[in-house]
Amino acid sequence: MEVVEKKNKNKKYKPILEDIPDWPVYQLSKNRKEFIEEVAMKAFQRIKEVRPTTKHVIDELEATVYREQQRMKRNRWRVDPEDEPRFWAGIKEELVALASKTPEETQVKADELLLRIVSRYANEIAGNFKPTSYRFTREIVKFWFGRLLNGARVKKFGAIFRNRYTLRDKIHIVGKVKHLRKLASQGTVIMVPTHFSNLDSILIGWVIHSLGLPAFIYGAGLNLFNIKIFAYFMNSLGAYKVDRRKKNVPYLETLKLYSTLAIQKGAHSLFFPGGTRSRSGMIEKQLKLGLLNSTIEAQRNLYLDAKPGEEVRKIFIVPVSLNYHFVLEAPDLIDEYLSAKGQDRYLPEQDKYGSWQLLQFLFKFFTKGSNISVSIGRGLDIMGNYVDDDGNSLDAQGRVIDTKDYFLSSGELSIDKQREDEYTRMLSQKIVAEYHRINRVFASHLVAFVAFEMWQKKHPKLDLFGLLRLPEEDQVLDYEEFRATCKRVRKQIYQLKDEGKVYYATHLKGKIDLVIRHGLENVGIFHLKRPLLLNKEGNIITKDFNTLYYYHNRLVGYELEKFI
Amino acid sequence: MSLKSLSDDKPVGVIGAGNFGSAVANLVAQHRNVLLYARDEKVIRRILETKENRGHTMHANITPTTDLGRVAEQCEVIFPIVPSAHFRTMMKQLSPFLHPYHILIHGTKGFDITLPPDQTLESVDKLTRDHVKTISEVIMEESVVVRVGCLAGPNLSKELAAGQPAATVVASHFNEVISLGKKLLRNDRFQVYGNNDLTGVELAGVLKNIIAIAAGALKGLGYGENAKGLLISRGMVEMVYLGRALGGNTTAFLGIAGVGDLVTTCNSSLSRNFTVGYNLAQGMKLDQILANTDEVAEGINTIKIAKKCSDYYGVRAPITNTLYRVLFEDLPMSRALSYLMRYPLNVDIDFL
Repeated sequence: MEVVEKKNKNKKYKPILEDIPDWPVYQLSKNRKEFIEEVAMKAFQRIKEVRPTTKHVIDELEATVYREQQRMKRNRWRVDPEDEPRFWAGIKEELVALASKTPEETQVKADELLLRIVSRYANEIAGNFKPTSYRFTREIVKFWFGRLLNGARVKKFGAIFRNRYTLRDKIHIVGKVKHLRKLASQGTVIMVPTHFSNLDSILIGWVIHSLGLPAFIYGAGLNLFNIKIFAYFMNSLGAYKVDRRKKNVPYLETLKLYSTLAIQKGAHSLFFPGGTRSRSGMIEKQLKLGLLNSTIEAQRNLYLDAKPGEEVRKIFIVPVSLNYHFVLEAPDLIDEYLSAKGQDRYLPEQDKYGSWQLLQFLFKFFTKGSNISVSIGRGLDIMGNYVDDDGNSLDAQGRVIDTKDYFLSSGELSIDKQREDEYTRMLSQKIVAEYHRINRVFASHLVAFVAFEMWQKKHPKLDLFGLLRLPEEDQVLDYEEFRATCKRVRKQIYQLKDEGKVYYATHLKGKIDLVIRHGLENVGIFHLKRPLLLNKEGNIITKDFNTLYYYHNRLVGYELEKFI
Repeated sequence: MSLKSLSDDKPVGVIGAGNFGSAVANLVAQHRNVLLYARDEKVIRRILETKENRGHTMHANITPTTDLGRVAEQCEVIFPIVPSAHFRTMMKQLSPFLHPYHILIHGTKGFDITLPPDQTLESVDKLTRDHVKTISEVIMEESVVVRVGCLAGPNLSKELAAGQPAATVVASHFNEVISLGKKLLRNDRFQVYGNNDLTGVELAGVLKNIIAIAAGALKGLGYGENAKGLLISRGMVEMVYLGRALGGNTTAFLGIAGVGDLVTTCNSSLSRNFTVGYNLAQGMKLDQILANTDEVAEGINTIKIAKKCSDYYGVRAPITNTLYRVLFEDLPMSRALSYLMRYPLNVDIDFL
């Protein structure tokens, strides 16, 4: 029997902007061509600022061509355009031909090549939001998920056509929902969720829709577009493409300007500041600063561009924490983490997922009792100050702050890159703190954490890798002892909640035996080898220490170890 | 950039008309008008009438005031220089008037401690970084100001007042703050360096007070230069260890705010901390010493805090621990010294 989640109060939200043509993302895609040109032009100017002489530009171009050709040789993907080799070979030829030209000709030509490259990149990056395909995807998802859910839950023939359960029963959205809706109607929202699974983007897409928010633009890893099913979803959700293989300056500047300009134009945006999925299962501690930096830059530009007395559209950053019992890729992720950390002390097994495995997972997910919760955090301004429902930034004492003041130097708005880099660092620390605060502890996190830490405590001399190779006969925990420890740690989690440092799911309350049962049943529920289960004697054992470690990591950073 | 601002006629604020506060006000007054805040009406009147304060002849560009709000309203750059024990209280009063465009560069060498209710520094069983804050952290906690910096270095107020050559470090995460600090303080006799490790520089400035007390004690016991050389180098190592445990980088300790300040304070009988150590070694008790001085020797509190922190973080800090026992557990200074000389530790440098 299942420990029942408190009756879900999630309700359906009306869209805050009725018609898709009002959505900023639609405006952006309608003027796609002009927008891409603007991005390319600005990126071109920016690169010319950092590479002021013709020689610099040519060096940069040569480096770019070299890297691109290396990438095509070593690591070509299905999504890569077919004309790519031709394009770069052409650029290379023209670069070589420069040697015989006069300096004036060279400069003109080099600029032209640079512009051609950034234009190509801007086109590659740009998303393609189409209202029709957005609506279609939305309906498909709603319909089929609904069928799956009902067919699986209500075990009667014909139930598959009922509407007793909806996605909202499966995915709990908690936290500052109304606040978010208010912010989205008066400013530009940048949603920054934690990142654990490839499913996150779909999940967030659904959340955004079901909260009645217009579609967000979103930078998705180009690798995801290799999987066709994802590619379809993401194209229709307004995703733009981020290719992590391309590390050259023209690409990075173009990418950055794309997001900065889109934010400046008021497009709500979504990005995962952790960069990639958390390999260890820990909540992100280090964030990628590039995109956060472009947020700050966008806000500064909005202030700079405003006419005197004009109301400036504010940018709000909304941290979101995604909480799972089960992460499909957990065994792979933790393998990658451990092999990076342990180097030769650790040998991973290889295993990959394609569309089919994902569908299988989705089916399992909807047919079995594993819930997901999404916690929406309170909105922050670009400096990490909390904002109220009206979008005013507040200081710790609740006084209103004028965000513009952060960009003033002796009374004047000024551009200071170093200052903004520092602001970015401060903002990222604030977001990390918010992740920990809005994180929602599940029973499965609790049992995984307690079990792993108990084993660690029993073998204090073993380092992580020693512990992961613990002989099987030692991989047993006495249930009574385990139960008492869970209780102690849970008490401390209650305490942390009272101090405003974390949240927990409602199912964490109640009889500890039931909570443990719920945790054991759900932790890594669909893995072939379960991270935690009971043996015949009723004691705790593990079949997969690595994934246990992964799920345990979710609660690292709260100093709960002291209560083991 | 912000450089054109320097020709502005906006005054610069200095909060605290103590020894160092007055010295800083005089340095800044050579470039800009200064609003000098003092709590005490008498100090204001004295400055207005005699142009004298604590042995400093106050520059004509300095206007004293008792109005904190006025300082924040008229000045964008403020140098708060008040004892660490009062710093947070002062910030709470100042905070309502502050905006994110303000720049605060403090000159206070001390820690701020916040303890659980009904606990004192003596009774509290552990002291961590949650309780111990640097002054810049206090500024950020209590106000919306983010562009924060600090001043540290060999700056004995009396020598500054006499116009002798000296230097200081302006530390901040913001280059903007550093270049502003340079412009406002620099003159032919005063060199200003920049450093981005704000925490490290703050810690160096605070922790050197411990070694200064020890230096005074050596002098009080009548020992000479070999002993002092020993103390300075080992004291330096101890500062690095403590500093790293509290979140600073090693390099800050090798600069003006570290070695520079350490050598000065250890050689100067002018410094308050040195005097405390000297008197201790002469056999005076702590309460007698405290009764005889009108200014705060930050070092005494620093020893208490550093000792508890070194316990919690497991840092080896023999000088700090021994001084703690002298100050608060009545260990005679001569015994303390012989204990230190027998301390089983003989690696010279192991932190680089």
